[in-house]
Order: sequence, then structure tokens, then C-alpha cells
Amino acid sequence: MAKQIIFIITLALTLGVFAYTVRRLYYFFRITKRFPIKNYAKRFWLMMNVSFLQTKIFRKPWIGFLHALVFWGFCVILLGSVEMIFDGLTGSERAFYMEGFFYKFIFASGDIFALIILFAIVVFIFRRLFLKIKRFSARELSHRNHIDAYVALSLILLLMVSLLAMNVFYCVENPVPLKGFYPISSFLAVYLKDMEHESAVILYELSWWWHILLIFLFANILPYSKHFHVFLSVPNTFFSRLDPLGKLPNMDTITKEIKLMMNPETAFATPESGTAVIERFGVKDVEDITWKNYFDSLCCTQCGRCSSVCPANLTGKKLSPRKIMMDVRARMNQKGPGIIKNGKDFDDGKSLLNNFINKEEIWACTTCNACAKECPVNINQPTLIVDLRRFLVMEESSAPSGLNLMFTNITNNGAPWQFSPEDRMNWAKDLKISCKYD
Amino acid sequence: MQESKNIEIPIMADEFSQGREPEYLFWVGCAGAFDDRYKKVARAFTKILVHVGADYAVLGKEETCTGDPARRAGNEMLYQMQALTNIATFDNYKVKKILTICPHCYNIFKNEYPDLGGVYEVIHYTQFLQQLIRQGKIQIDSMVFNNKKITFHDPCYLGRANNEYEAPRAVLKAIPSQQVEMPRNKSFALCCGAGGGQMFKEAETGNKEIFIERTEEALKTGADIIASSCPFCMTMLTDGLKYKNREEEIFNYDIAELVVMALDI
Repeated sequence: MAKQIIFIITLALTLGVFAYTVRRLYYFFRITKRFPIKNYAKRFWLMMNVSFLQTKIFRKPWIGFLHALVFWGFCVILLGSVEMIFDGLTGSERAFYMEGFFYKFIFASGDIFALIILFAIVVFIFRRLFLKIKRFSARELSHRNHIDAYVALSLILLLMVSLLAMNVFYCVENPVPLKGFYPISSFLAVYLKDMEHESAVILYELSWWWHILLIFLFANILPYSKHFHVFLSVPNTFFSRLDPLGKLPNMDTITKEIKLMMNPETAFATPESGTAVIERFGVKDVEDITWKNYFDSLCCTQCGRCSSVCPANLTGKKLSPRKIMMDVRARMNQKGPGIIKNGKDFDDGKSLLNNFINKEEIWACTTCNACAKECPVNINQPTLIVDLRRFLVMEESSAPSGLNLMFTNITNNGAPWQFSPEDRMNWAKDLKISCKYD
Repeated sequence: MQESKNIEIPIMADEFSQGREPEYLFWVGCAGAFDDRYKKVARAFTKILVHVGADYAVLGKEETCTGDPARRAGNEMLYQMQALTNIATFDNYKVKKILTICPHCYNIFKNEYPDLGGVYEVIHYTQFLQQLIRQGKIQIDSMVFNNKKITFHDPCYLGRANNEYEAPRAVLKAIPSQQVEMPRNKSFALCCGAGGGQMFKEAETGNKEIFIERTEEALKTGADIIASSCPFCMTMLTDGLKYKNREEEIFNYDIAELVVMALDI
């Protein structure tokens, strides 16, 4: 009974903190713009493919495979955690237990996966510490970002150690019936067979608490860490764009404006007063992004695969698609609370563009979509980069001179270069084809 | 025996005034019309159209930029003005199928014009060629490239943007030759550096030019010919070959040119 009460209190505390976090994020999301979601069935299959089959992570096959194992392991182990919470709440003992294959299979998988994840995490930590992986040493990663990575990895490591400890002591305790099947832990338990039953019971209880408290801690650290990815990746693939990568979203406000201009009846009419709310073109700050852009930024775990394939980044330019995502998240943390308190017009004298992302980064993009293709969780960086350009061009007229010249040429002579439309057929002059006769 | 015949390119306005509705609009594109190097590609593809007896016409002086470079450089207003103008022209001639040689034009017609009401069947010329080869309308038995190694550079706007990796390769495969892949190919292909408006501006400061990085990768395969299928890629790779002083021995050809050379038309 005491255990139950303590458990309920800790769970309530965990949920309380979590609710606070969710509420804060909810208000941040309310600042952002629309991004309509349709086609649920298609999205579901996309999610199954990218998330559950981990298809995109395999673009780097070896390390991708390790990640996939961690992900699949988490899915199986999650079932055990749900049971633990149920047990804690009701005071039951392995409440989901049922005779037969299924329960044994799940817990055997969990036991094996715990060891596999442990191994993978050790590899990940080793890689970060000792192998000079270029994408982990980029300039946009601060000391804090590195610490964040190690904290998350260490927490997962401890979660797996505690889970294995729990299983091992359960096997040592050896109750009748032993619920589930633990191939790794029962093997390890053999080495502890001389342990007193009493001690095994206490150690089992301790590791149970250790594991569940770590889960609660983990759940509440994640939303403030790059590893929020653990929660958001699956939904992010569900919400991701279904369009081909080459397609940019249309700006309907501009279509409306051009159609008014082109229509002789409306072109010279005085605009109806009061109806026109002038919206900013493109993205300057976090209130201009869509909620999906913000979701992308929260979901980004800074793996840097995007930047490692970015042609601009590879050739030493300042642009890093990963940094764009990190900047969006950081800027929302900075400006979001002010907007919530003071309303949409709140101005802190800074903006996403200029103070976080500078023009040099934005103009270096070739819109080649290598970043979006590479992202294992379907983040789309190029559309946001173009939105930032839209602001620079249509609100500030501050494109590089070469681009302004290109705009002028298209406007004046219908081609990006300065050639007369009259010469459009010059290429076809004196064109001959040879015909063969036998 | 061989004989040269002049090609009269049908212009949409003329065809239409005579009551004809050609099956395909051949969209030449600004590079095909004005870029000296790419004019040769437009000419090559026209020869193929004539060779297979395609029912096509071009817009001629009525053609105007699709708006792609403006759009990707952030000028949505200019893009939409261009797009709506073009859509009006297409409507005028009841255009249903568009053949493009430029993947940027292909992408914008296929994916972006529909948002503004312009829905067409858009075909990149490599897809068109693949189909002709499949139907047996193009048969290449020439041995001109027999001992040549060809590597293909995927244009971003055909490959990653539209998932078309096979058509250009299928066409190359139909030309007796050796094919080699660059380490970064298909969806992993490295951009030539010209997309997103880069073609028209100075590159930002870095430690290397993108086109040099890509050209070096192509050269490392030991290929004699770098095949491309995009005007921007062609400018970049040809520049890259010049930069590496290899333009005398290694050549950058468009797939349409390779087909024409192999067909000897």
C-alpha cells in the first residue's frame, strides 16, 4: 500500500511537470501559422514506412542499423514500462501476465533488446568521444549541445542497466510461476545463484524503482533536450509533406493579388477599406513559420545528416540545414514567452532572420533537397529556407545583385539572361537532319 | 547514301491557325533558346523528334521563363506572373502534353503550375526517350561509344525532386558503351551547385566551389564522358572540366546529344 501511494505521488508529479511542458509548447504552437493536414491514410503508411521500418536511417547502413535496433527495442520495452506503471498504480504484480507464448515473447524480446541497446549506446558514446565524426564537430554545435547528447545517451544507458538488473534479480528471486522469459537475464542470474532470496527481493524492488524513476526523469528531460526526438519523430513523419521534394508551397495571397491586378474590373478599383489585413510575405521570425516548421525544429535531434550532404556546407559555406532547425527552436524559446505574455505584436528587437540565421546562410542554398532527402524523420528544410528568401526579396528587396538582375531580365524580356524575346528561335536556324537510305 | 534535310520547326500559333493541335508542346526553355552550349542540346532533341516523327510544336517567341529561378530565389510575385502568363498561353493552344529538356522547367510544370490551375502531362525528354527505346522507335546499334566510359550526373530536379533516376540511365544503357557510377549517385547525388538561383549569382565564401567538387568526383570514375540532362548542370560541369584543364580529353554531353551522335542523324 505504501508503495502504491509513493508511486501515485511520483507519477502525479511527473505528469504535473509534463503537463506544464505541454501547456508551454501548446502556447508556442499557437503563435505559428497554419499547415493543413489531409490524406490520413497515405500519411499513416508513410509513418509506418519511415518510422517503424526506419527506412531513411538505413541511408547510412551500419550506424543506421544500430539506430533501428534501438528504436525497435524501445517499442518492445515500452510495453513492459506500461505494465510497470499499471502495477505501480494498482499494486498488482506483472498485471499483464498471461500464460502462453505472447507474454513470454514480448519480455524475452525486451530482455534481449535491453542488451542490444546497451551495446548500441556504448558504441554511440564511443563514437562521439573518440572518433572524429565530422557532423558531430560542426561549428553550430555548442558545448551545451554536446552535453545534451551525452546526458541523453547516459540516461538511456542507465535505463537499460536498470532494466537488466530488474530482470536479473527477478530471475534470481525465481518466483513460481516465473512470469515471462528472460534469456539474457536468466543466464546472468546463474552467477548470482548463491544470493539469499531476501536480498534478491530487495534488489529487485530497488531496480524496479530505479528503472521507473529514470523513465519519469527521462520523460521530463526530453522535451527540453534535442532528444525530444524520441517523442516527436513518429508523429513528425505522419505530419510530413506528401508532395514531391521539388514542389514549393504556393503563396495564395499573392495569387489573389495578381488575379486582382490582371482583372481589368478590379485593377484600378480602390481597395475596400478595413478588409485588407496586410500579411508579411515570407518568414522573418517565429510568428511567420508554420506549426510544422516548429514541429520539425523540436523533432530535430541534431544528427547532422542533412548538413553532411549539403553541397554548400560540404564546400565550406556557412549554410547548415541543421543549424536552421536549431535556430528556429532557440528563437522560439527566446521570443515565445514574450509573445504569450504581450500578444502577437511583441517585439524584442531581434528576429530569427539576422540575429540567428544570417543572409549569407540563406543565399548559399541550391535547393537541391539533399538535406530533406537525407533527414531520417522527414524534416523539410528547403521550404523554410525559401520562405526566408521570400521575406528578403519581397519585403526587403535585398537579394544579391546577380539575382536582382535575373529578376529584371525575366520581367523585361522573359528570360533570366538579357536576350530579346525576338531572338527566341535563333537556336533553330539552319537545323538539318541526315537521313539514311540503303 | 546520306542526305541532309532542313528541319522546319512547327510553331504553335501557325499550327493552331491551320486548325491543328499538335500532340506535344516542346518547351525549349531559356537555356535551350539562348545559352550557346545548350542550344546544341535543343537542336539535338529536335532532331530526335523529327527522327521518330513526333507530332510537336514549339511556342517560339511566345515562350517566356517559367519563373523557376525567380521562385527559388524568393520572388514569388514574379514567378506567379510568369506562371499565370504561361498558363494563359497553354490554355489558348489547348496544351495537354509538355515535353521539356530542362528538369527545372519539368518540375515547375509538373508540381507547381497545378496550384495555379495549369494541369498538364509533363514529360522530361529522358522519359520520352526511354519510352521510344522501349517501343523500338529508337534503336541504337552504333559502336561510336563502344569503348567509352560514361558517367551520369543526376540533376537534383529530376532525381531527388521527382524520383526519376531510371529514365536517363535506361537511355544510356541503350547506347552501346560502358557505364560507371559516381560514388554519390541517384538520391545521394551531389548538386552541381547551380540550383536555387545560384546560377545567376556569385557563390558565398567557402573553401571550394561546388561544381569543382562534383567535377572531381566525376573525373575520379575514369569516365571519358560526363553525361548530363540539365542546362545548369551542363554549364557547371563544363566549367569544372575547364577548371581542371581536362576539357580536351573528357567531354560533357547531354543525353540527347549522345543519342543523336549514336544515331548519326
